Amino acid sequence: MNFKHKYFFLFPGLFVLIGILIFPIIFVVRLSLSGWNSYNPGLDFIGIENYIRLFTDDPRFWESFFRLSFLSVTTVILQYVIGFALAHMVWKDIKFKRFFRVLFLVPMMTTPVIMTVIWRTFFHESLGPVNDILSNFGLSPKWLTDPALAKFTVIIVEVWQWTPFMFLLLLAGLLSLPKEPFLAAAIDGASPVRKFIYVTFPLMAPISIGAIIIRLIEASKIMDTVYVLTSGGPGTSTETSSFYIFIKGLREFQMGYAASMSFTYLIIMIISLTIIAKVLTKLLLKE
Amino acid sequence: MKIIKTCLTAVISSMMIFSPMAYADKWSDQFPHIKATGDIPGDCSYEEMSKKNYKGKTLKINTHAIPVMGEPTALHAEQFEKLTGAKVEVTHTPAGDLYSKAMVPFQAGQAPYDIVFGFSNFINDWKRYLAPVPKKYMNSTEMKDVTKSHMGVSSWDGTMYQYPVDGDRHYLKYRKDVIDNPEMQKKYKAETGKDLKVPTTWKEYAEMAKFFNGWDWDGDGELEYGSAEVMKKDDLMFAAFFSRSVAYAKNPRTPGGFFFDLETMKPNINNPGFVEALTDWVEATKYVPPGGTNFGLGDEIGSFGGGQTLFSFSWDDAFIAAMQDDSPIKNKVGAAPLPGANKVWNRVSNSWENQYNQAPYIVWGWAVGVAKKSKVKDMAFDYLCFFSNGANHQADLAIGRFGVNPFKNSDFDPNIYINSMGWDPEIANSYTQTLLDMEKSKNRVFPLRVPGVFEFTSAVATGTSKALAGQLSPQEALDEVAKEWEAIVSRVGKKAVRDAYAVGVKMEDNQL
Repeated sequence: MNFKHKYFFLFPGLFVLIGILIFPIIFVVRLSLSGWNSYNPGLDFIGIENYIRLFTDDPRFWESFFRLSFLSVTTVILQYVIGFALAHMVWKDIKFKRFFRVLFLVPMMTTPVIMTVIWRTFFHESLGPVNDILSNFGLSPKWLTDPALAKFTVIIVEVWQWTPFMFLLLLAGLLSLPKEPFLAAAIDGASPVRKFIYVTFPLMAPISIGAIIIRLIEASKIMDTVYVLTSGGPGTSTETSSFYIFIKGLREFQMGYAASMSFTYLIIMIISLTIIAKVLTKLLLKE
Repeated sequence: MKIIKTCLTAVISSMMIFSPMAYADKWSDQFPHIKATGDIPGDCSYEEMSKKNYKGKTLKINTHAIPVMGEPTALHAEQFEKLTGAKVEVTHTPAGDLYSKAMVPFQAGQAPYDIVFGFSNFINDWKRYLAPVPKKYMNSTEMKDVTKSHMGVSSWDGTMYQYPVDGDRHYLKYRKDVIDNPEMQKKYKAETGKDLKVPTTWKEYAEMAKFFNGWDWDGDGELEYGSAEVMKKDDLMFAAFFSRSVAYAKNPRTPGGFFFDLETMKPNINNPGFVEALTDWVEATKYVPPGGTNFGLGDEIGSFGGGQTLFSFSWDDAFIAAMQDDSPIKNKVGAAPLPGANKVWNRVSNSWENQYNQAPYIVWGWAVGVAKKSKVKDMAFDYLCFFSNGANHQADLAIGRFGVNPFKNSDFDPNIYINSMGWDPEIANSYTQTLLDMEKSKNRVFPLRVPGVFEFTSAVATGTSKALAGQLSPQEALDEVAKEWEAIVSRVGKKAVRDAYAVGVKMEDNQL
């Protein structure tokens, strides 16, 4: 085949890649070097002014980033533990296995914004059913108005919504495991706990790493839950990076500055997720 | 001959006398929304609109989500379609996204919507993309009825860019059945040594709200609370904060700027007047219903309108909701001016003046404009004129969830509310008088309308919400806001902000 023909066949894919991936990133970088806002529309060039502002004069961005790190790591750990437990449960031959498999996937299939509105109603401190029930025991937690508890409420909603995704990946992993190691462990008389620690968990490690990384990427974009549940409040106690970027970009219309935050955030996420993946690989796949 | 003449005169006279009624019946049969009044003659009445032919033309509107403003937009669009043959496409958008949904295509030179709904404080950012209201509509019977202050709010330097469809101000709403109840007055006097009356200062408001917080004072088996306020950190809470600030910080003896010192453009937002207001507001977190610090406007309307609190202050909607036929507290609520204060900050002498001060806050409200690049501008203005014609406007006023509030001189006639909405005359009088007094006041505060207004108000929302959450003290929070405001002024340009702000200051200083 002529060498040039190869490029001819590659061109459509390359064109799509440039159009939907490369161009937006280049545009964001260009936008971040402009002062585009509501009163000064257009791609003027202001150099790295936005980046200087971000690194020297915007502690709120970094606070929201550390808050996001806490929320995403906590939710993903909880999702992994619960998701693994549920997947392990329906992996075994239990009654109504199929029913449970479908049931556990329901939260993921609902629309996040709608579900968050429902959760907000549940947690409404004067009209919601949760406090109505808890008040019988003399409790009335401030689910959405106490800075610490509001973070916990966001975690509950995120875990409820996205554990099924983790469950799905891990169940697929469990179903694909070879049977021989389990037969060998059974012949050796390994207890269920030892079987889990020495056979199931190590075999699941590569899938676990993949699932955790995928979920961390998704969780690091927490936005709709925060938007609907707390609007980042009380104060700024549940404000995450993506919500903060949304406020600066689409509420205050500081497009240039929001682009610089987005690009910085992208770089940080690429670096930190790469490190996390390396560390997890080293920890879980050491043998 | 004389008999024939007499009969003819009688027939013509009766036609003249009863023609408005027949006129009304004709349209209210087809459009039950206006059944209370029928069509009201005017340049944009049902009768006039029915003479237009927009068949084959499409009008695209971006409005707020249903129900507030979104529902009347859709309803009047449907009516407009039936009358003119036009096709009207209505898109509903959450409040927080109205600005950007119009601004993104505006800045890209496109006009996906012919009509864009937003808030009156968008005017400075939007005006270059909006078509000025044509003379024909400026001279219409409907427009001639709009109050001077709302003509001002919709205009910029004498040119009207936003078509008036709503009038907004913040005022106090209270439970009249409690405040006027002799038994409650006796109980309050016995326990506090003070008189129970409509509060005229924020300190009195707080004392009463605390007293009536957390017990069943209306005997319905549920706990009631002191006050429902918009405290949720979003794009509305800043307005509630300004409502609490005007009493302490709008001094009629120091003209030249409420938000900034117009001369230096130094923010006033962290002066002791504003700090005192924020201190009061932090205190208010103790007498709102559980979860009250996360109340948005909808929650506030539901809470006060549902009889959960003694007081509330913000837009008309909670009051109208409370006065609707399906409300448990219909004819049990009262309207009064925003509370004042027994001291007011003088930013020139840097000292407190120990005298009573009250200032109405003509807060921003719903506004709507026609895109300059729209290809159906005539139809768009006809729709807006029809939206706010006499019959539609009166019918809309009666429905709390519509979010349409008085902005016409004729709206201040209490008989409208007594006759067509079944309000108690005393309440209707207090409501219209409260609104009228705000129109006449010489110490009013108008919304901030400067370039990049969202940056300024967002900074206020963030700062005040940190204080409400206990993350910062009121002084620290407002110092942070002032620092942010200074940075915004520097980014936007001092001259640009000052020039725009000067227009609002003129209105506040009664020079326009």
